[in-house]
Amino acid sequence: MTDNGPAAERKAAESLQPDVRDALKRLLYRMADDDLIIAHRNSEWTGLGPTLEEDIAFSSIAQDKLGHALGLYTILHEELGEKNPDAIAFGRSETEFTCCHFVELPIGDYAFSLVRHLLFDLADQLRFELLEDSSFEPLARLARKVKGEIKYHLFHGATWVRKLAAEGDEESRARIHTAVREAMPYALGVFEQVEGDNHLAEAGIFPGEAHLCELWSKAVAAIFEDAEIPMPDISTLEPATGGRVGHHTEHLAPLLKEMTEVFQIDPSAEW
Amino acid sequence: MTIKSLDPRVTRLEIPKDTSETFEPLQPRDQHETYEVFHQAKRGEHPVHVGSLHAPGPDLALVMAKEQYGRRSRTVSIWVVPTTAVTTITVDDADIFETVPEKTYREAKGYRVGQKLKAWKKRAKEE
Repeated sequence: MTDNGPAAERKAAESLQPDVRDALKRLLYRMADDDLIIAHRNSEWTGLGPTLEEDIAFSSIAQDKLGHALGLYTILHEELGEKNPDAIAFGRSETEFTCCHFVELPIGDYAFSLVRHLLFDLADQLRFELLEDSSFEPLARLARKVKGEIKYHLFHGATWVRKLAAEGDEESRARIHTAVREAMPYALGVFEQVEGDNHLAEAGIFPGEAHLCELWSKAVAAIFEDAEIPMPDISTLEPATGGRVGHHTEHLAPLLKEMTEVFQIDPSAEW
Repeated sequence: MTIKSLDPRVTRLEIPKDTSETFEPLQPRDQHETYEVFHQAKRGEHPVHVGSLHAPGPDLALVMAKEQYGRRSRTVSIWVVPTTAVTTITVDDADIFETVPEKTYREAKGYRVGQKLKAWKKRAKEE
């Protein structure tokens, strides 16, 4: 066996200091919860998308996100001793979820859903790019695995937003601009500071939310310039935080109720 | 009278119930143009035509084509071409490809290459 074998990895996870281990769990939980909730939200468009082709594409992206959530929950289960993915996804209460407020918001109009998809997926892409070099190999491996899918998500989001904002008409431009104004404070909530993240940076697992936010802001500015969208002054906005410590908007509880309906009736049901 | 459907999107199209009635064509932004999609399964292979789709421009045609046609099988590349860019001999003119049967000298099967090849191989072996 080489040093990169599964046995060596498990040992690597076990040998982590308790502080690092806890911080790593928090990172995996918030990433997975974000992916799970945005997947559920975006799947609400299935069958109602603006065109047949777009319906298929957007639904497919939502399914990809669900897959990423599963990948992250699986690491929590297999490497870090947490419950199995179904129990984690469907068996927790609202306050145990650590998703950001951004992914909880209702789908709104299609402009809002597209703008959220673009801003969230850009953060997702940059985060996974950083994690490709993570010293925690199971996470680095997952990051390399989802790279292609996320590349497509960005291609989809950026192309649509540019089309509607720079090449559409007055109405489409106005709708995108409104969506950007609504979305921005929530998008910044993705990078809420989480206690113990410094341990992850020291262990070479993840450099931290502040660093990620900086990369994201630059990338957003470039995309907005291309799409002729005025870049909001981020420093003047109040980020929508609290999600990472279990404080959520009024929109999460109804979503969880609907999402966990079958599981609540019979946790052992297979479907 | 227009068609009232359970699907509100169909109702919104205001399609006349009486099919002999004419109605205004949709504006360009309500009716995207069609693109033909070519799928390349492996490096070096020919892109093969796999179908068409609606999209509001070539860039979004690629975005859509990736999911419609590149999702279920191995894909390395996709082309999209506006349907209007394709010039065709239509099926109505299929007889243009028919040729009289006596001209076997114009077809590969009119030549006994196999035997000649066999003879040449045999000679090459003997030498």
